[in-house]
Amino acid sequence: MHILKKPHTLPSEITPQAVYAHRRNFLQLSAGLVIAGLLPDVQAKLGPGKASVFSTNEPLTSLKNVTSYNNFYEFGTAKEDPAEYAHTLRTKPWTVSIEGLVKRPRTLGMEDILKLAPLEERIYRLRCVEGWSMVIPWLGFPLASLLRQVEPLGSAKYVEFITALQPDTMPGIRRGVLDWPYTEGLRLDEAMHPLTIMAAGLYGDILPNQNGAPLRLVVPWKYGFKSGKSVVKIRFTDREPRTTWMKSSPSEYGFYSNVNPAVGHPRWSQANERRIGEFFKRKTLLFNGYADQVAQLYTELDLRKHF
Amino acid sequence: MNSRELKPNELKLFVFIASLIPLGWYVWGIQTDNLGANPIEVVTRGLGIWTLNFLLMTLAATPLRHYTGWTWPLIIRRMLGLFTFFYAGLHLITYLWFDQFFDWLAIGKDIFKRPFITAGMATFLLLIPLAATSNARAIRALGGRRWKQLHRMVYLCGVLAVLHYTWMVKADISNPLIYWAILAVLLSARGLSRIQKYNAKG
Repeated sequence: MHILKKPHTLPSEITPQAVYAHRRNFLQLSAGLVIAGLLPDVQAKLGPGKASVFSTNEPLTSLKNVTSYNNFYEFGTAKEDPAEYAHTLRTKPWTVSIEGLVKRPRTLGMEDILKLAPLEERIYRLRCVEGWSMVIPWLGFPLASLLRQVEPLGSAKYVEFITALQPDTMPGIRRGVLDWPYTEGLRLDEAMHPLTIMAAGLYGDILPNQNGAPLRLVVPWKYGFKSGKSVVKIRFTDREPRTTWMKSSPSEYGFYSNVNPAVGHPRWSQANERRIGEFFKRKTLLFNGYADQVAQLYTELDLRKHF
Repeated sequence: MNSRELKPNELKLFVFIASLIPLGWYVWGIQTDNLGANPIEVVTRGLGIWTLNFLLMTLAATPLRHYTGWTWPLIIRRMLGLFTFFYAGLHLITYLWFDQFFDWLAIGKDIFKRPFITAGMATFLLLIPLAATSNARAIRALGGRRWKQLHRMVYLCGVLAVLHYTWMVKADISNPLIYWAILAVLLSARGLSRIQKYNAKG
């Protein structure tokens, strides 16, 4: 398997032995899936990925934890539900349609999307609004390179992300916990920011279904729920999109949802977080530690009001 | 269960051991690293759930006795109540320790700012006098009537505890709703039996 070869040293290789063991197991597992005919062409594109200056060198969260502790309510609201039920998700064929205020609306197949830009390894912190965090080596490419395909109109100010709705494969949507399909949104400048990526893999391999296969958004300075999984539609709009969590509880989940230790969730503090795998909590950082890269996006904004 | 074959002391011993199983489960889970990616969350929430379970079991004892005539529910009622307090205490300790690491300022803020913490803390405070007066000496000292009045507070504890649970969850309140339903059944069973008693007297 050529995906096992690593042409150059990546920060992710400086990882504990246990993590490697997990990774090896996973690679063997996924190799089986590939032989079974699942996404063979996509697999050919995924390797270790180009290293990125945006990657953190913090210790990675183990693959086991990254793939067994998920919020993907379409498959159930318990953390272990997605790992148990998401195997049914149909990820092939997969298309993403990009529409709205654009010159050339397009529907792109997964194969074409993966040819748009070389895959990079981005080791990002992920901070969940619930107060836990992980460090995940994503494989992806800047969202900007996808958005440029359609030539947005000058009137476009926001980007809305609509995620997959497969009633027959998603046991969670039969229950009215949230308003499906799960929808998220970004301001255009946030969407074009180089930190914002579409991920097609993690830990050097294709995305497991429970992590949002085959293609998901990753916005590392915002709470995890902003990073929509299994994206099928991207729409440019001139108005701030109303996201699923804003509809569910507008007083608790704002459009921006930037990680901010000073602005608590109405029902719990956001000052600290538990890194999965660690005993003690750590202080949560403004913009999840990405303030140097993104703080200038919000100089005009009252972060307390626009939470 | 057939209480006619178990002597009260045997029944109590059985319930005592059975009541420690949830705790044993979490201790074993921590020791063998079997509680998933976020074991502290599993333990904290699990101990909360078991507090609720014991509280509802305690509340079920009297109606069960009333409607079935069985005596065993009353034999174990006090023990179930004390285990409610025991699990509530462990639940509180996990919050104070593993969630806040005894940061009293943050804990104080939490209690006043966050309704679900307020409700949980109030439940625990109200359980203290109930646990403290659960022995025969306290019943004698207070007198049966006053003791009964005091212990009616357990209904309030039930409501506050389920409220604490409901306010804690993010969007999916289906599990808290199950607890509300059981609580509603138990409280109305209690109300119904009171009305029956009243009518019988009248």
